[in-house]
Parts: sequence; C-alpha cells; structure tokens
Amino acid sequence: MATMIKLIAQKDEFVNQTYELRNEAEVAREREFQATVRVQAWFRGQRTRAYIKYLNECATEIQRRWRAFLGRRHFREVVKQQVFIMKLNHYNAMATKIQKTWRGFFTRKYIFNYYSRKRYLEGLKIKNELIRSELEDYAEQQEMMTQIKREKMQKQRLDEFTKKNHFLVSTEVIPGVYNNPYKPYPEEIEFHLRGAKKLLVEEQKKKAKAKSEENIFDPGCTRYDLPRLKEPLPPLAERPQGPFREPSDVQKQRYKPFQPSLRVSTNFYSLDEARQLMRQEEWINRINDDIFLPASKRPVHYEKLLHTTSKYGHLEYGTKYFRQEFPDQWLLQNKDFQSVVPPIPIFEKLNDTYSQGQV
Amino acid sequence: MSQRQVLQIFEQYQKARTSFVQNVAELATRPQNIEILQNAGVMSLLRPLLLDIVPTIQQTAALALGRLANYNDDLAEAVVKGDILPQLVYSLAEQNRFYKKAAAFVLRAVAKHSPQLAQSVVDCGALDALVICLEEFDPGVKEAAAWALGYIARHNAELAQAVIDAGAVPLLVLCIQEPELSLKRIAASALSDICKHSPELAQTVVDAGAIAHLAQMILNPDAKLKRQVFSALSQIAKHSVDLAEMVVEAEIFPAVLTCLKDSDEYVKKNVAMLIREIAKHTPELSQLIVNAGGVAAVVDYIGETRGNVRLPGIMMLGYVAAHSENLAMAVIVSKGVVQLAIALSEESEDHIQAAAAWALGQIGRHTPEHAKAVAVANVLPKLLQAYLRADVSEDLQIKAKKALKNILQKCIHLPALEPLLHDAPPNILKHVVGQFSKVLPHDSKARRLFVTSGGLKKIQDIKTEPGSALAEYINTINNCYPEEIVKYYSPGYSEALLERVEQYQPQ
Repeated sequence: MATMIKLIAQKDEFVNQTYELRNEAEVAREREFQATVRVQAWFRGQRTRAYIKYLNECATEIQRRWRAFLGRRHFREVVKQQVFIMKLNHYNAMATKIQKTWRGFFTRKYIFNYYSRKRYLEGLKIKNELIRSELEDYAEQQEMMTQIKREKMQKQRLDEFTKKNHFLVSTEVIPGVYNNPYKPYPEEIEFHLRGAKKLLVEEQKKKAKAKSEENIFDPGCTRYDLPRLKEPLPPLAERPQGPFREPSDVQKQRYKPFQPSLRVSTNFYSLDEARQLMRQEEWINRINDDIFLPASKRPVHYEKLLHTTSKYGHLEYGTKYFRQEFPDQWLLQNKDFQSVVPPIPIFEKLNDTYSQGQV
Repeated sequence: MSQRQVLQIFEQYQKARTSFVQNVAELATRPQNIEILQNAGVMSLLRPLLLDIVPTIQQTAALALGRLANYNDDLAEAVVKGDILPQLVYSLAEQNRFYKKAAAFVLRAVAKHSPQLAQSVVDCGALDALVICLEEFDPGVKEAAAWALGYIARHNAELAQAVIDAGAVPLLVLCIQEPELSLKRIAASALSDICKHSPELAQTVVDAGAIAHLAQMILNPDAKLKRQVFSALSQIAKHSVDLAEMVVEAEIFPAVLTCLKDSDEYVKKNVAMLIREIAKHTPELSQLIVNAGGVAAVVDYIGETRGNVRLPGIMMLGYVAAHSENLAMAVIVSKGVVQLAIALSEESEDHIQAAAAWALGQIGRHTPEHAKAVAVANVLPKLLQAYLRADVSEDLQIKAKKALKNILQKCIHLPALEPLLHDAPPNILKHVVGQFSKVLPHDSKARRLFVTSGGLKKIQDIKTEPGSALAEYINTINNCYPEEIVKYYSPGYSEALLERVEQYQPQ
C-alpha cells in the first residue's frame, strides 16, 4: 500500500509533470511537425528521385538497345548495298571486257577486217588486170577479124576488077596501060592482070562443074557405079540361129490385146448421133441467130467487065500490042540490012604487020 | 470513035497517075523539094490516090505520104487533118503486104513527131491494126508495124500503156526471136521505148519474158542490134531494184563487159548506160559489178572514149563510189580517179565536167584515205578552177563546190591543201583552214612545214569577221605557235618594229 500511498502522494507531482510535459509538447509540436514534414519531404524526394533516376536509366537502356538494334539493321542494309554496288561494278567491268572482246572479234571477222579488205583489194587488182587483158585480147581479136574481112573484100574487089579488065594485060608485043615501058617495073596491078586468065579459067571450071552437077546424067560418062562406102557398115545384132523370131515378139503376139475393126467397135448410128450433138451444141452456143460476116466479105455487087459485056469481045490491043503497025508500008519488007563493003585485010593481020617495040 | 481509042484514054490516065505518084514519091526523098510539093497542094492530090483501084498506085501514094509526113510535123498534121489515117487503118487490115508496109510507114512517120500526133494515130484505132500486122507472116510487115508501135510508145507513159493494152508486148517478144536481124533490132527498140516510162510498163515487158531473149543477143555480132538490146535492158533496169536484179539474173555480167570494147560507139555507150543503171540501185549490185571486174572495164572505157559517150561511164563510177567506202576504195584501186581527173580536165562541155566532179566528190567523201587518193591525183585545183570559171554553168558550179566540200572535209593530206590556201574564195577557204586547224595541233612536223611553206603568213593575211568559223580556225592555228612567230608573220609587223625603234631611248 505504501507504494500506493507513495504514488498517491506523488500524484500531483505527476499530474503537474504531465501538464508540463504536455505543454512542452504543445509548444514543440509546431516545430516538430515542420521538422517531420521536412524530413518526410526530403525522404520522399530522395526516394522519388532515386526512382526517376532508375526509370531514366531503364529508358536509356531500352533506347540504347533499340538504337543499337536499329543501327545494326541499318548497317546491314548499307553493307548489303555496298556489296551490291561493288558486285555491279565488277560485273559491269567484266561485261565490258566481254563485249569489247566480242565486238572486236565480230567486227574483225565480219564487218571490217583490215587484212581481208587488203586481200580483197589485192584480189580486185588481179581481177581487174585479168579483165583488162581479156578485153584487150577481145578488142585485138575483133580488130583482126575486121582486118581479115577488109582484106578479103579488097581481094575480091581486085579479082573482080582483074576479071573484068583482063584485056588490059600487056602482050609480048604491046605493053599494057599498067606497064609503062619508061619505068623499070610494071605496076602491081599488071601482075594481078597476068593471073586473071587463071581466075577466069577457074570460074569457068566451077560453072561447068555446077552445071554438070545440075543434070546428073552425063552422056560422056563411062561408068555409073554406086558411091563406095568409106567404112564398112556396123555388124548386125546377134540373133538366134534358125528361122525363129525373137522371143519377145512371140510373147507380144501371143498376148496381143483384142483389136476389133473400126466398124465393129463403133456404134452404127454414131454419125447421126454426133451430128445431132453438134447441132445441139451450136444451138446452145449461138448468141446471134444472124451469122456475122467479116468486113472483107461484105456483099459487093459484081460489076461485069467492059470487055465481056460488049458484043465485040476482047481486043488484043493493050495485051498483045500497043502500037498500030502497018507492015505493008515498010520499005524493006521484013528483010535485014546487009553490008556491001568488003573487010579490010590489014586489020586481019594486026600483029604480023606492025613492028614490036616503041610506041 | 473506036473502042480502042476510048480505052487508050483510060490507059493514058492510068499511066499518068502511076508516073505522078512515082515522081512525087521520088521527089519527097529530098528535103529541098518538100516545101515546093507542099505549096503545090500535094496532100489533097495524094489522098484520093490512096483509094485508087490500082494497088501499085495505092502503095506508092502511101509511100509518098509517109515520106512527106516524115519530114516535119506540119506535114504530119496535114495528114491527120486530111482524115487519111482512118483510111490507112482500114486498109491495114484489108490489103496485101506491100500496102501494109507502106501504111505502117505513114503511121510511123505521123506518130514520130509529137505526143499529140501519136495520140491522134491511136485514136484512129491504129494500134489494133498494127498489132494484127505483128502476127503477119511477112517479116517486112512485122518490122514496119513494130517500128510504128515503138514510135507511138516512145512519147509518154499513156501512149506506151495504150500500146501494151493493145497486146503488142508478147508479139514484140516473139519478133525478137525471129531470125531477121532488122526485125529483131526494131522489136528491141520498140520494147526499149515502151519500158522507158515507168516501172509498171517495164514490169509488163519483163513478165512477157523479154529479158531472157534480150540477154541472148548480147554477143550478137551485129552492132545495131546490140545497140537496141542494151538500150532495152538499161531501160528495164533503170526503174527499180527488182527489175535490175532480174536483168542481172540473166547472167549478162562478164559478157557485157566485152561489149565495152566494141568498135561501135553507141554500143559502148548503151552498155555503159546499162551498167550504170544496174549499179545505181544498191551496194550489192554495185559489188557484183565490181567483183566481175566491171569497174576496170569502165575505167578503160572512159579512157578510150571522148565526149558524151564517156558520160555514162563517169556516172557509173560515181554511183558505185557513192554506195560505200569499200566500193569507193575499189574504184580508187581500179585507177578510176586518174581517169576521172583526165575527163574533168580534157572535156570541154560543162555537163560532163559536172558529172566528173560529182563522181570525184562521191569517191573522196568517205575517209581521209579516200580523200588523199583523190587529192594526190591533183583534182582539187581543177575542181576549184571549174568552180571559179567565169562562164561556168550553175549545175557545174554547185557540183564542183559540193565535191570540193566533201573532199576537203575528209582530207588531211596537207601538201594537197596548201595550194588552195592561196587561191580559194572564202567559202572554200573555210574548209581548208578548218582541216589545217584539225591537223596542226597534233603534228609538229606539219607545223614546221606550214611555217616554211608560207602558209602561216597567208593565214595572217586573211581578213575575217570575229566570231565566224574561219576566225575560230585561224585562232586555233595561231595557238599552236609561239606568239613571236605569229606576230612576226602578221601584216604590219615591220611598221610596229620601226615604231619601236623610233620610241627607243638609248641609255
């Protein structure tokens, strides 16, 4: 109980003390509250900042990762592109090389080959030379032909002349007009004239021969033989011995097709049938019932001749004779003139009486 | 009066008619008589004689008429106006062959003068009658008919078409195959006249198979026939590539070249024309001719002939060279340039010179190599001379200028260009200086030579408008040289030096 009393004794004090404490607390409360707020604010701020920092770090990490991912993706793209371009360039270069080589080859082979061109031109030169020489030969040949023709013509003309003028040749006694005795040599034509007789004889012979060929029968001929063969005739083909025909002929005769005569093989009324058919066809094909006549066949009235219509008949005037003749008035009465002058004997012995020598 | 005396009058009349007609026909052969005959009224007298009962008189009257109509177109027109043609055409079908010949002769003589007269002959229905005459047995009649048809067809395409429509072509082709030379000749000439107007007409003739028969006669010894054959072939070939190829396919090629050596001038000319007409179409045809040695033959031909005969040869070389540089080189290798240069200098007529200038221009325009070959033959001064001559024709002037331009633009052979610097007019000089300005910057030896030959000095003397092409070229050349040298050669430099001497103050 003591304690209780003690405590009751102490009760006032305790209450006082409590009041005091409470008052003190009341006084300090504001300050303490502020302080607490402050502490809390600091703490909360710290905590929030730490959280934000943490969040920021997280975001940075995310961004870093994302950006790294993007970057790597982009890098891959770029690398791919670069590689592509590199490859493209390479391939282009290679293609150019191939094209260059091919084009060079193709052009040299087919379009412009320096050596083949050179060879072609050389060949052309040779060909040109050939053609030139050939043409030269041709022209020469042509020239020669005309020359020969001309000479032939000249010769012919000369022969004609000599044949026609063979009498101008000089004789033993009288020199001809082409053989001037005051000149050392006779003219060239004189020598041609000397050959004229030969030509004339040849011509006559030729004529005679032609004539004899014309009439084959020659009464002066002694024998009439058949013309002789120069070569014997070729041997005859081999045949079987004996009087047998060729087996093929026999075969043919045995299997000969039936050949009736024309009369047997044709219809008896064929002629009439054919006529009827022809008439029908003509009737079908005819366009105009009046037959056309050509312009040359137009009907012309026949005019009788003057001579035949007259009752006096033909006169021979104009067909047999043209001029009236009166033979009874002729002086000579169908007799020819006759010469009465005797011949001049001096002309008969021309070369005997005149001396040979100067003219 | 006795019957005899009456008949004597008739006889005298007939004799007089005969002798009149014969004398008129004889007189009509001489040109100096024609006018007198015309004034004496021969036409109206001859016309009734065409209807005479005696065939000899008819024929001779027709012959006289033909001779008169042959003389000039007035008389031919008088024949047309006198209504003689229908009569002749009518009797062409009716009478004997002598009369047919004479009538065809009259038709030919009338038709030859002008297209109008030929048309009037056609209007009379002469074509059908003439075509029937082509079927006649007698070669003389065929000849006369073919001749008349040819004269009708030669005027223009319509008349030729009318001849073709009358069915003359197959018969003319048959006529070529006849043995008579004169008939062949005239039929070939008629075909040539028909073909010459248009490709369609030529195609018709080709379709009738004319080429094979014409080609067979190339080696015929008769010169006049050859003339006509080559003329016909060239008229066929001239129209189109197809026709030219058909002519070539008749294997005429090595054979025709021999005819370039023929003794007859016209044969040569017509062969050259044929080759030209074939060569002008395509490079392939030209190549074929070149490979057959045709160019060498033509070059020789140009060397051997004079005047108008050599013109087709010159043109043929130009056509061949124009196709490609290879062919142009072939012409150069065949020594064509030298012959063309000779032709250019020795021919006096402008149109031949123009052709030669054109051909040279075609040869030289391909590459510097070609231009050099042309320039070395000393062609450029001749071309320049042709261009500058006072009495030159316009055609030659244009052709020479074009040729010069073509050659100069490719020419880098400076020694040949040098003389042109001195006497070329400005429009040519431009090209010459241009070539120098292209070559000199790259060639030191040429630069040196250019100074020593006086070219640089000449260039400084040229007056130019600033900004023109010529000024630019001169500037390019001046830039290739040190400044002192250019100054030294420029005009007025000595005065400038003297002035400097005056102004110099001795120390």
